[in-house]
Amino acid sequence: MRWLLLKDLQILRRSPLLVALLVLYPIVIAALVGFAVTSGPGKPKVAFLNEVPKESNVVDLGGEKIDVADEASPLFEAIEPVRVRSRQEALQKVKDGDVLAALIIPQDVTAKLQSAASGTFQPAEVEVYYNAEDPAKRSFVENTIEAQVQKANNALSKRLTQVAVSYLGLITDGGSFELFGRTLNVLGLNKSVAILEGIRADVPPEQRAALDQVINFARLASENLDLSDDVLNAVGSPLRVKQTVVKGGSEPLGSFAVVIATTVTLMFVTLLLAAGALALEREENAFMRLVRGLVSRTGLLVEKVGLAAVCSTLVGFVLLAGLSVVGVHLGWGRAPLWVVALGFGALAFGAMGVAMGVLAREVRAASLLAFMASLPIAVLALVPSGAVSTGLYDLLRVVSALFPFKPTLDALNAAVNDSGDLAGPLLHLVALTVVFTALARLGLRRFA
Amino acid sequence: MQPDAASQSDDIESGEPLLEARELTRRFGRREALRKVSVAANRGEKVAVIGPNGAGKTTLLSILAGIQKADGGTISHAPREIGWVPQQASLYSKLTVRENLTLFARLERCPDPAAAVEQMLAQTRLQDRADDQVAELSGGNRQRVNIAIGLLADPQVLLLDEPSAALDPRQREYLWEFIDGLTARGTTVVFATHYIEEVDRYADKVLVLADGELLFDGSPYELERVVADASGQEAASFEAAFVAFLREQGH
Repeated sequence: MRWLLLKDLQILRRSPLLVALLVLYPIVIAALVGFAVTSGPGKPKVAFLNEVPKESNVVDLGGEKIDVADEASPLFEAIEPVRVRSRQEALQKVKDGDVLAALIIPQDVTAKLQSAASGTFQPAEVEVYYNAEDPAKRSFVENTIEAQVQKANNALSKRLTQVAVSYLGLITDGGSFELFGRTLNVLGLNKSVAILEGIRADVPPEQRAALDQVINFARLASENLDLSDDVLNAVGSPLRVKQTVVKGGSEPLGSFAVVIATTVTLMFVTLLLAAGALALEREENAFMRLVRGLVSRTGLLVEKVGLAAVCSTLVGFVLLAGLSVVGVHLGWGRAPLWVVALGFGALAFGAMGVAMGVLAREVRAASLLAFMASLPIAVLALVPSGAVSTGLYDLLRVVSALFPFKPTLDALNAAVNDSGDLAGPLLHLVALTVVFTALARLGLRRFA
Repeated sequence: MQPDAASQSDDIESGEPLLEARELTRRFGRREALRKVSVAANRGEKVAVIGPNGAGKTTLLSILAGIQKADGGTISHAPREIGWVPQQASLYSKLTVRENLTLFARLERCPDPAAAVEQMLAQTRLQDRADDQVAELSGGNRQRVNIAIGLLADPQVLLLDEPSAALDPRQREYLWEFIDGLTARGTTVVFATHYIEEVDRYADKVLVLADGELLFDGSPYELERVVADASGQEAASFEAAFVAFLREQGH
C-alpha cells in the first residue's frame, strides 16, 4: 500500500496545477476570511456642512447647556466626513460621485431644539442627500447616518425628558428658575397644601367645603405628579433588552467564521482528492491490474482515504496557521486539538470522497459530483434554528448528521474555540468514516 | 523485442499442459457468457482465442486472470502466477516508464525490483525512453510497457487481450517478434484477437468461441481441414475458413 501512496504522491508532484490549487486555495481563503474578520466595513465618504453659527451651537435645556456639535461627534466615527463650505458644494460632490452622501445641519436646528425646551415644540431636521447610483452603497450610507441620527435623537430625548421631569418637580415641590434673566420662585403643590391646611381653621365653616376641594386637588395633583417622573423616564427609554444565551458557545462571530472556512476547505480538498484519486485508477485502467492480487480492494480504499486525509489535514492546518498570521486570534495552545479535529474530519470526508469516486467512476464526473454534492450539504448544515419551521429544521439536522460537514464543524469549533463537546463529534465522524468506506467497498464490486 | 536467446528453455514441448481450465461457466443474470469452456495450453505455446463480438473471449481471459470469478469450473493456476496484459494499457500516464515498472515490480513483490525493471527495459528496448512520462509515448511503446508490466513477475503464462489492436503494421510486427521470443523461452501465451491473419501466422493453437460456447479447439491447420472436409473445397484463406466454420455452426 505504501508504494501506491508513493505513486499517488508522485502523480501529485507531476500535477503542478492541482498542487498549486491545493496550496493557494487555503492561503486565499485564509487571507479573505482573515481580512473580513479583522477589518470592519470601510467608512463611507460623506460631505458635511454645519450651517449653525458657532455661537448658536449651544442649546439651553432647562438650565443645562448642550453643545450640539459634541452630540454629533459620534457620527464622525462612523463616516469619513468631507468638510464643505456651502450647500451647493455639498450637492455637487454628491452628483460628481466624490462622496456617497451629503449631510447638512440647517441653521435653525438649535433654535428648534431650544423651542422644545421652552414649550413651543417644532421638530428639528437634518438634511441628507444620497448618491443612488449604487443601491448597496446607498443603503449602507443610509443605515449608517440613520443609526447615528437615532443615537443623537435618543440622547436629546433623554435630556428633554430630564428637563420635563425637573419642571414637574418644580410644580410639585416648588423652587426657583431663571426666565429672561429674572429669578422666579414657585411655591409648589406640597407647600400649597400645607398653607391651605394651616389657614383652614380660620376659614368660616360655610366656606370650608370649597377650601377642602382645593386642598384635595392640590394633594392629589402632588401625589400623581410624583408618579409622572417615573412615567417620563420610562418614555425616555421605553425598551430595555436583557440578553441571555440559552444554547451555543460564546465564541465571537469571527472565530466561528474561521471554523466554517476551515471546514469548507477541508471538505473540498478531501473530497476532490479522494474521489479523483480513486476514479483515476479506473480511468488509467489500472484498477483491474491492481486488484487481481496486488492490492486488496479495501486496501486500495484505505490508501486513497489516507492520502486525501493526510494532504487535507495539512492544508487545513496551513489555513488555520495562515489565518493566525493575518491577524485572527487563535489559541496555539490548542493546536494539537486542531490536528485531531482536522484529521477525524478529513478521514470522514475522505471516505465520503471514495464513495463518490466509486459512484462517478471518472475523474471529471467525480470532481463535479464532489462540488455539486458538498455545497448543499454545507449550506443545510449551516441553517440556524428558527430560520425554518421546527419540522423542517429537524429534517435538516437528520440530513446533516448523515454527512461529515456538521460533525467536522462541531469538532473544529470545539478544538479551535473551546466551544462545546469534542468527543461526540469525533465519534460521529468515526461512524461516518466506517459507513462511507463500507459503501465504497460495496460499490467497488462493480467499479471496473 | 527479442528476448535473450540463451534463456530459452529446452523443454518447450513437454506434452504436459501448463495451463488447464476445465468447464468454466460464467453467468450475467440469465445470460450465460461462458458455457463449460475448457482450455489447455502447453509450455511455450501460443494459443489464440477468436470469435465474433460478444463470444466470451474477454470474459474467458478475465476469468483466467482472476479479474472475474467463474460461476463454475476450475483453473490450474492462481491468478498471481499468470501475467495479464489488458487490451487498453493500464499505466499511469503521469509517471515515467521506469516509475510505472518500478511500482508494479514492488507490488508484484519482485525480489529485486530494480533488476526486474532493467531487464524489462532491455527486453522491450525502452531504455532510452525509461525516464519519459508514459503520456509522451506512442501507442506502440505504451503497449510495450503494458506487456512489460505483465511480464515483471516472470509468469509462466501470459494472457494478452487484443494485444495488436490500435498498432500499425510495423509495430504489430515488432510485437509478434517479441511474443515469439517469449514463447521460445517457454512462456505460454494466450491471446484474444480480431486479426484472424495473425492467428494463422503466429498461433500454435486456436480456440473458437461463439455465444459463450467453445466450438473448436485445435491448430489453425486443423480448422482449415474441418472446413475443407465439410465443404469439399479448400478455403481461400484462413479468415475465409474461419467465417465458413462459424456459418456452418450457425453463427
